[in-house]
Amino acid sequence: MSMFEQLTNRERVFEFLAPEASPVDVRHGPILYLEDVNVSFDGFKAINNLNLTIDDGELRCIIGPNGAGKTTMMDIITGKTRPDTGSVWFGSRHNLLTKNEPDIASLGIGRKFQKPTVFEALTVFENLELAMATDKRILPTLTAIMKPEFRDRIDEVLEMIGLKQLRDKPAGILSHGQKQWLEIGMLLMQKPRLLLVDEPVAGMTEQEMERTAELLTSLAGKQSVVVVEHDMGFVRSIARQVTVLHQGSVLAEGTMDQVSNDPEVIKVYLGEEA
Amino acid sequence: MPTSQTWLLRPLQERSTQIFLGVLFAAVALVTLLHLIMPEGHALHVSAYTVTLLGKYLCYALLAVAVDLVWGYLGILSLGHGAFFAIGGYAMGMYLMRQIGDRGVYGDPVLPDFMVFLNWDSLPWYWQGFDMAWFAFIMVLLAPGLLALVFGFLAFRSRVTGVYLSIITQALTFALMLAFFRNEMGFGGNNGLTDFRDILGFNLRTDATRLGLFIATGIALAIGYVICRGIVTSKLGRVSVACRDAEARTRFLGYRVERVQLFVFVVSAMLAGVAGALYVPQVGIINPSEFSPLFSIEIVVWVALGGRATLYGAVIGAILVNYAKTVFTGVMPDAWLFALGGLFVLVTVFLPKGIAGLLQKRQKPDEDSNADPSKPKPQEATA
Repeated sequence: MSMFEQLTNRERVFEFLAPEASPVDVRHGPILYLEDVNVSFDGFKAINNLNLTIDDGELRCIIGPNGAGKTTMMDIITGKTRPDTGSVWFGSRHNLLTKNEPDIASLGIGRKFQKPTVFEALTVFENLELAMATDKRILPTLTAIMKPEFRDRIDEVLEMIGLKQLRDKPAGILSHGQKQWLEIGMLLMQKPRLLLVDEPVAGMTEQEMERTAELLTSLAGKQSVVVVEHDMGFVRSIARQVTVLHQGSVLAEGTMDQVSNDPEVIKVYLGEEA
Repeated sequence: MPTSQTWLLRPLQERSTQIFLGVLFAAVALVTLLHLIMPEGHALHVSAYTVTLLGKYLCYALLAVAVDLVWGYLGILSLGHGAFFAIGGYAMGMYLMRQIGDRGVYGDPVLPDFMVFLNWDSLPWYWQGFDMAWFAFIMVLLAPGLLALVFGFLAFRSRVTGVYLSIITQALTFALMLAFFRNEMGFGGNNGLTDFRDILGFNLRTDATRLGLFIATGIALAIGYVICRGIVTSKLGRVSVACRDAEARTRFLGYRVERVQLFVFVVSAMLAGVAGALYVPQVGIINPSEFSPLFSIEIVVWVALGGRATLYGAVIGAILVNYAKTVFTGVMPDAWLFALGGLFVLVTVFLPKGIAGLLQKRQKPDEDSNADPSKPKPQEATA
């Protein structure tokens, strides 16, 4: 049992001190690869033969009407839902279907929920502290100390998400938009390879939306980012590649212009919006 | 921000812990002095009876701290902590039984009286080793810890939380009560273990030993408090709060929520075991009634009254409620449960953060009380 290992192995090298080597192998193609994935809930097919690949460093937007299976897809990637059939690979080395949520998180997949979930009783600073990519096991967490370089890293992220003034305030008092940024900041602390962002601008003001778009585009390249969003204006402002989901499978894929001119897409989705 | 890097030393640099330890040690010293110096019959004399009574309160206080650790900071409402308390107590009771030796009613050098009475001819295997104090004291920690480990492993791995977990803990202590009532279990049946004589060679019936046990309990409470405070002010404590408020989020951050829960639960069970072990020599008996579900619920009431997720609130709650219980059951025994229920309702309605919340309000009247990070969300406080 690893509790015992933790007790005996006290001279461990902490993960954050080890050289930055991602265990994710992307030499042979995409960072995320879903093939023929099927999920049904009580006979309702939420995901129907879904095939999707995300390249390393890509910023991908996923759109689709309600019930298209966007959130279910996120659940499958992060290990919350197990598909009935199909395969999901992270890089060419990690079969995500054999892993649980914490394993997947520590492999480098960060997820932002649709509803902002931050730890409201903790301060903004502490929220980021907990998200930091460190040894997450029990005893290292118990004996963890706040090193200056951690503090610098947290302050750097605080700067990036624009919450420096609210550093020592409980996250519970933040506005909706600020909570969304804090959550993105928490994802950044994890130094993920792949960021899954579920509806980041829902309920945001125009200004907040602009800031979020800046934040997300600045991340692409360093990380792969998958954004699920309803707001077409927002998608247009950040997207290079867009995937349209419909009834659990991919309806169309391409640039925003290609997709929005696709007659099928117009029929199921954009037609109603326009 | 405290400067110490060691989790266990960090609380000692904290103002609230310093105040708590100061008050606790001053109270223990005062009682000791008044007991030793004042002549018997003097108005300020503290009798040996009172010393033992206060020692009992301190045991309850340690038990309440253990419950507050899992309930206040981890969000696990355990309605079965009496079981860990009682198991720690039984481990101590077994040691005390073996210390009686041939001074029992039947004069058997090895077998306790109840075994002779049941016509047993040898000591069951699980009674072996309890004649040695060090073994018994390790068992005081290990037995409740092991039960919590197995129980917690099964419960948390299956992600049983909230009210379902509370019900299972209640069932656990009830099942243990029924088991310990049986004579075949070898723990003295419904009479339990009693008629103790010595502890570590000291006669339990002398005032000096009683005073010693009282002081030992005060020290145990101080150590237990510092351990809990060390955990809750560490990063692990913040992870616990994270598990309490947003379990799924914590899991996606890469923490193994079930292991955090298991670790804190086991630590809490061990503290409860120590409380039980110190309780038994002071009250002179341990029997299955300590496993009763009602007792475990009462512990939760102490914590709620004192103020959840503060630790010192649990101490205040345990001492006040038990003092009230002593007074009430003396004056009008039938009214006690009504008084306890009434007190609980009053505090829930008027003092949702318990007595500790009242103290904090006095201390900093202009600050937003929601700004305290150690506080659980209000809707959970009444859960």
